[in-house]
Amino acid sequence: MKDFISLNQGSGGKLTHELIDRVFAGRFGMAEPLTDSAILKESGFTRVFTTDSYVVDPLFFPGGNIGKLAICGTVNDLAVSGADPRYIAASFIIEEGFPLHELVLITESMADEALKAGVKIVTGDTKVVHKGKCDKLFITTSGIGILNPDLEHISTGKRVKPGDKLIINGPVGNHAIAVLGARNNLNFSTPVTSDCASLNYLISKVLQNSGEIRFMRDITRGGLTTVLNELAKMIGFGIIINEVYVPVDDPVKGLCEMLGFDPFYLANEGKVLIVVGAGEETRVLNILRSDPLGLYSEIIGEIVPDKKELVVLNTSVGGKRILDMPVGDQLPRIC
Amino acid sequence: MKYIDEFRNKDLVMNLADLINKTVTRDYTFMEVCGGHTAAIHRFGIPSLLPDNIRLISGPGCPVCVTGTDFIDKAITYSKMNEVILTTFGDLLRVPGSASSLEKEKAAGADIRVVLSGLEVLEIARMNPESLVIFLGIGFETTAPGTAVTIKQAEKQNINNFFLLSAHKIMPPAMEAIIKEGVNLDGFICPGHVATITGSSIFDFIPERFNLGCVVTGFEPVDILQSILMLIRQVNQNNSKVEIEYNRAVTVKGNSIAQRLLSEVFEPYDATWRGFGVIPLSGLTLKKDFEKFNIEKKMPLKINSQEDNDLCICGKILRGLETPADCPLFAEICFPENPVGACMVSNEGTCNNWYKFRFIK
Repeated sequence: MKDFISLNQGSGGKLTHELIDRVFAGRFGMAEPLTDSAILKESGFTRVFTTDSYVVDPLFFPGGNIGKLAICGTVNDLAVSGADPRYIAASFIIEEGFPLHELVLITESMADEALKAGVKIVTGDTKVVHKGKCDKLFITTSGIGILNPDLEHISTGKRVKPGDKLIINGPVGNHAIAVLGARNNLNFSTPVTSDCASLNYLISKVLQNSGEIRFMRDITRGGLTTVLNELAKMIGFGIIINEVYVPVDDPVKGLCEMLGFDPFYLANEGKVLIVVGAGEETRVLNILRSDPLGLYSEIIGEIVPDKKELVVLNTSVGGKRILDMPVGDQLPRIC
Repeated sequence: MKYIDEFRNKDLVMNLADLINKTVTRDYTFMEVCGGHTAAIHRFGIPSLLPDNIRLISGPGCPVCVTGTDFIDKAITYSKMNEVILTTFGDLLRVPGSASSLEKEKAAGADIRVVLSGLEVLEIARMNPESLVIFLGIGFETTAPGTAVTIKQAEKQNINNFFLLSAHKIMPPAMEAIIKEGVNLDGFICPGHVATITGSSIFDFIPERFNLGCVVTGFEPVDILQSILMLIRQVNQNNSKVEIEYNRAVTVKGNSIAQRLLSEVFEPYDATWRGFGVIPLSGLTLKKDFEKFNIEKKMPLKINSQEDNDLCICGKILRGLETPADCPLFAEICFPENPVGACMVSNEGTCNNWYKFRFIK
């Protein structure tokens, strides 16, 4: 049968990478390695440019909504490239019949979040399509930031070397579980809230106080495991992760046990992976922990000289296994 | 987290691993029957903790893996009919049928929905009175009671557009088939969830008739290592019996309410298992009283399923005769994103776990 786009090709893992390689990268002449934002150098200025589309079901979930997400996500893509986010463009595709008051609520969250993150929403577009031609509301935001030329290495990880340490700014999986809970009306006795947040101030605090930041990436679709595998491939080294240090909140852990999910593969919207030069990790950890968005930061692993570019997990019980790139979305298991 | 942290305690795990090392006197081969165990063993890196002379082989207890091609083909055929909504647990989506999979059909436009329970399906049926809503019943004694409850509720609530396509199976006949096949085994790590429903007594025939040890096991690393130790001791003392390691959930008699529901709604029939062929009285089909919910009675299908790929050894892997390392397709042509056999599809499949969690000593 003919090939059709499947949902798995949007899950952020191996199949998404394949789709980008097969359809987009060659035709658009995209430069390797693929980073969160493009770095544009022109007459003395270095700017970074990024874009992202937001399609979340349901539109409102504990901890945020599609509007807040559309600002945080794009701000974070710029910030993890080492840039200072400045301007946002926002486009809306709205389904006929969408309630106006919901659109107002969503727009207000965008304005709030932009104010908080110190970015200006400067241009945009609106299209309304016939009922059934889109699912309620899709938002695309593009962002421009200004990059200090000394930080150009951060998005490509070209200074990462064995011995460097990996830090994460808090527990993983909350966003995915919060959305899943809202989508399926699972009434958790302990509510799980999305971690959706703009990380630019946290990141700039880290960059101002440490000259040893080697790489950053926000941990979104595809989860921690995807970012780790992308990094290993990019730098040509291996990574060792210590499971006991990767923070996962109890309600998320419990839900994952029940559904057969692995929290390392779940989406986040306010988490960043930071690679820092050896010896500098405690200082960076303390800077992160002094910020509300980094209270639960942990050093989770290190870069090792492994040419096979494997990500190896030291399991909590003392075993070892490989953390592989996810294939498609995780499916709830039968029993 | 209670019931999790205690059973993932690193000191306990290390002590058990040490004890196992001190107790082994020969080579041992144990089969973990349940796919949940296969997944846990690889997820926690258990093989990297065991001495070389313990071999763990995976059995037929992954419901997705043993589901025949013909079942997937039937499900696909129904899904293409007008006004049909097909509902399924997630794992089945990627299982290859003769020419397609439910996932591909969904992308091509069939109304196929992933559900977390049968009761969700009744809601879908209520909301879509014009459609035939078919539920793919899959799983062993663990999930079959859930389907039985769904059937009873459908009857009670007079829902007439809900139907079942059943591939439910029961465990003991498959275990017997494996023993009779002559697989070289020293004991079974028995499925804890199945036994929660059935009680441990369904395994009594194994030590009695075949002199092989059985330990009903939980799904955490401490459970699994403890059970391996118990099995080693049974072998060393030449004292085969059924023991319950998972005693926080399993009793000898099991859950009598669930058992009653099962026997009220279902009856055994000769079912086809991928890799085994037909095993007598190993499947569950709806009893006459509930036949009106059986989609195969309402709309019988004649399916000509193609044989599986000749080179795929899923069948032998499911019977414990070979491992993925013996397969010419494994990680060459057959990958999780493009599986040839069912063992590569499911989270609980042996090949999938070997691929995902290639362990390192």
